[in-house]
Amino acid sequence: MEPGFPSAIRVSGLVKSFGAVRAVDGLDLEINEGECFGLLGPNGAGKTTTIEILEGLQRADAGSVELLGRSWEKNEVELRERIGVQLQETQLYDKLSVVETLSLFRSFYRHPVPLEEVMSSVDLGEKRNDWVGKLSGGQKQRLAVACCLVADPQILFLDEPTTGLDPTSRRQLWEILNRIKSKGRTLLLTTHYMDEAERLCDRVAVVDHGKVIALGTPAQLIGSVGGDQIIELATDPPLLAEDFEGLPGLVRVSSNGEGARLTVREIHTALPALLERARKKAVAVTRLVTRHATLEDVFLNLTGHRLIEEGNGPEAPKVKRKTRS
Amino acid sequence: MTEHPLFQLTLCRFREFIREPGAVFWVFAFPILISLALGLAFRNQGPVRIAVAVVEGAQAGAAVVTIEKGGVLSANVLPEAEARQALRSGRVALVAFPGREARFLVDQSQPNSPLVLAAARDALERGAGRVDVLDLKTESVRGAGSRYIDFLVPGIIGMAVMSSSIWGIGWSLVQLRTRRLLKRLVATPMSRAHLLLSYLVFRLALAVVEVGALVAFGALVFGTEVRGSYGALAFVLLVGALAFAGLALLVASRAENAETAGGLMNLATMPMFVFSGVFFSSDKFPSWMQPVIQALPLTALNGALRGVMNDGMTLSRIAVPLAILGVWCVGCFALSLRIFRWV
Repeated sequence: MEPGFPSAIRVSGLVKSFGAVRAVDGLDLEINEGECFGLLGPNGAGKTTTIEILEGLQRADAGSVELLGRSWEKNEVELRERIGVQLQETQLYDKLSVVETLSLFRSFYRHPVPLEEVMSSVDLGEKRNDWVGKLSGGQKQRLAVACCLVADPQILFLDEPTTGLDPTSRRQLWEILNRIKSKGRTLLLTTHYMDEAERLCDRVAVVDHGKVIALGTPAQLIGSVGGDQIIELATDPPLLAEDFEGLPGLVRVSSNGEGARLTVREIHTALPALLERARKKAVAVTRLVTRHATLEDVFLNLTGHRLIEEGNGPEAPKVKRKTRS
Repeated sequence: MTEHPLFQLTLCRFREFIREPGAVFWVFAFPILISLALGLAFRNQGPVRIAVAVVEGAQAGAAVVTIEKGGVLSANVLPEAEARQALRSGRVALVAFPGREARFLVDQSQPNSPLVLAAARDALERGAGRVDVLDLKTESVRGAGSRYIDFLVPGIIGMAVMSSSIWGIGWSLVQLRTRRLLKRLVATPMSRAHLLLSYLVFRLALAVVEVGALVAFGALVFGTEVRGSYGALAFVLLVGALAFAGLALLVASRAENAETAGGLMNLATMPMFVFSGVFFSSDKFPSWMQPVIQALPLTALNGALRGVMNDGMTLSRIAVPLAILGVWCVGCFALSLRIFRWV
């Protein structure tokens, strides 16, 4: 980090336990002003607990948190004015309209942004008089984001902003968040979608079991896989790990019951050699996929388990977690 | 002014109430319907004549006229067997055998048998020419304030203030928590005092309308009246509403879901519906229960309301129930603010 470059968020040695469970286990972070920073990790990795401690809604057992050079203990009133918070799964008043909801939230701040400006920043101007209960999932989420924008905060906290949304609504929300980013605001978001992190975030911290296990730009992290191409292969009968030894440009092999996943440097040299071996072994290829490495592969390599477990993709309803506070 | 958070929060209370038709029904229509139903069922119909039977015979007709002249009894002529049967089944209170050797048949187990006997004897004696010795004058007064409906209306007002505070404040706060909206509000610079005040301001305004409607209804339909001052009535309502707001806050202070909250609210209100003298006087319970019953906030509120509305009492004469409400109010607020779960 460049000396003198201002930090928006500085966290060190954060620890938080719930009974015997250590949700956050010695977490450190330093986030620059104007940066869009992602906490990437599976459900239960400690992302929500971490972000709620940063938002001053939960107390850490140990460690320190500094926002804009200030602490929650001494500057709560000022910090509340200067940050915006979107919580996971907040349901706003169903029977209030968009305008009424935003007017309510605006009234809490000393220097609110004009109502029209807030509504147009999330493209909800046409829905201004609709009741919240009548909005679609994507519109509700945009309203939730608008509620944190009513005072033009310097830091915006977003906890899983697109979980449960359809692909179109996700892209709309990404566009809105990119606009906020371009105004030089600091964003901290949690997500378990690698594509979201790749598309929005300048830097990403991969979190698992309450610890940061990797930190860098999405490109750096993907580069850390060693090769940036992935081949997924399934054959009948399956090939064994030793069958892949000596393939040109091979970095890593992992296999499970269904097939093998090979990390390679160059598709065009590895793939012909691979198919040649399959032919010599006289096995039938049942599935073959080649693609660029993603943060998902980073996570898989680091932890040996997937970010999103089967049946918990973008379209699957999120299992409600017990609130812990 | 319209940008002030307390104004916006109170407006929010108003909107969530008015946009929930069920809530409007329970607050306004339900208390009025229940007073109407009970007021009609237990209306006072004035003096009722008590039925007696005269056994068939030559002088039966004359006996009927004489007995009814007394103004207390109504008589029918029946064959002896039927008359005895009517007495056994309680349809008549007395059987008279007219004639030279007149006699009466009564059932001693009927509570009014001595009165009926005296009235029948009196009527027949007068008919036979007895002259009264004393010149007794009777003056009649109108019985307003002593009818069942006069007892009922203050009780219904007390019940309505309790229900609308407990459910209106408690339920709404628990909803805020289960929807994670409370946490969202706490994450803004909103003053927590403003949020709670918005509930108080709105509920007090609502209580004025709600109680006004009940008092007007009672006056128009049943001729009930407020004998004390409206200022005293307003003060009693203010203290009562604050006490129940405190209780509502306490009930809602930790509950994390609607089921728990609903159970706690029923637990808090149900005993008071029974013991606190809403539909019948709490004096009917044995004396060993009285210290507890008298300490309940609804008993205190109903006592104070009846004192002002029916007995025209001033505030100083209802100081005891007002003090009980005050203790509930301060105690509940102090405790719930200490244990309230904000996030």
